[in-house]
Amino acid sequence: MGTVTEPSYRKRVGYQAMLLGSFSALATVMLVSGDLATHQEIADRKREDLLLNLSEVLPAAYYDNDLLQQPLQIPNAGGASQLVYRGTQAGAVSALAYERSGSGYSGEIRILLGLTADGTILGVRVLSHSETPGLGDKIEVARDAWITRFNGLSLGNPPPEQWKVKKDGGRFDAFSGATITPRAVVLAIKEGLLFYQQQRDQLLAVTPVAVTQSGE
Amino acid sequence: MSVSYRRIIRDGLWDNNIILVQALALCPLLAVTGSATNGLGMGLATTVVMAASAVAIALLRGIITPQIRIPVFILIIATLVTLVDMMMNARMHDLHKVLGLFIPLIVTNCAILGRAEAFASRQPVLPALLDGVMMGLGFTLALVLLGAVREILGSGMLFANAALLLGSWAKEMELVVIPDYKGFLLIILPPGGFLVLGFLLAGKRLLDGYLSRRREANLVLADVVTG
Repeated sequence: MGTVTEPSYRKRVGYQAMLLGSFSALATVMLVSGDLATHQEIADRKREDLLLNLSEVLPAAYYDNDLLQQPLQIPNAGGASQLVYRGTQAGAVSALAYERSGSGYSGEIRILLGLTADGTILGVRVLSHSETPGLGDKIEVARDAWITRFNGLSLGNPPPEQWKVKKDGGRFDAFSGATITPRAVVLAIKEGLLFYQQQRDQLLAVTPVAVTQSGE
Repeated sequence: MSVSYRRIIRDGLWDNNIILVQALALCPLLAVTGSATNGLGMGLATTVVMAASAVAIALLRGIITPQIRIPVFILIIATLVTLVDMMMNARMHDLHKVLGLFIPLIVTNCAILGRAEAFASRQPVLPALLDGVMMGLGFTLALVLLGAVREILGSGMLFANAALLLGSWAKEMELVVIPDYKGFLLIILPPGGFLVLGFLLAGKRLLDGYLSRRREANLVLADVVTG
């Protein structure tokens, strides 16, 4: 840039358009090849993440299949479909895991819920949240054991009307300084259990009828 | 126009530091510096992008016409950031989970475009590369400093999760500075970033003032001795 004698063609619109166009083409080629080079590895990492999360909510003793093989897709009332990972043992469905979400103090809280075939909670983990550090983040298992309190419970134990935090007349403790966060988590879990109750037949059917299956 | 390498190094690291002097790139700065490790990761990723974009722009400076330079610079920087993002997602996945949200923000780091425009587009490849690396390292220094102060004051730790970034040997870097610390939430939250940054900027001014006064005093002293 800034050379003393600049050839006149460099000032033409056509030349500059062509130049900008070739830079765009070059950038596209680089991005596409970068994507091709890392696509498989990123997919593998995501798969490992998912398996790690699933192993947190579904103890290995409850299933003997590959959880990521043919997850079930159940259409929701809202239009979006709910993806369900199913563990089987001796041909029968023995465990279920699926993602639910609730709205917390500052955004969405995504949880992963693991259930036995009869609807008892095996484990709950928070996948992502943006709650206040130091207050709302006690829902992470790494910071507090609060989330393990739900293990072994189901929609009958305690009864549905008591699936609330204590402040709202329910059964569950909130932690000091944060009520909205635990309230959102309890509600998300309760809705997850209701989903199980409503879709039980489909969830436990060995060869699901009229649902689309998708592999990896 | 040629610039001495010494000058470039001094400018990048201290005299013309992106954060401490130019006060640019505050968006990624405040977003990631809740801990020293995050600051280090973000700083190094930015350094890679700065160095690579400086080289690319210095190489192409004869081809790019002044009229279209800005879109071309942005295109180059955005491409490099996207490539770094993909590489980190594939190779340093755990760190990417922590920093992932902020990596695309490197594109909006005005300091990179600023250096491309002010330096790399007018200099040969070697000085441009050096400038990119030094400016990046200066940025990293400020990020780590700010992250370390906020981490110690906010949670009583230093370099927590460094092993995610640097491998398992870095476990020894993870220190508990203040045991049984209850935490100081304000410092971890965004306002704490602004507060600590203000003190850092003031601290640098004070230090520079002190150093220049001492240099002057030494000169006077030398005059007296030799005179």
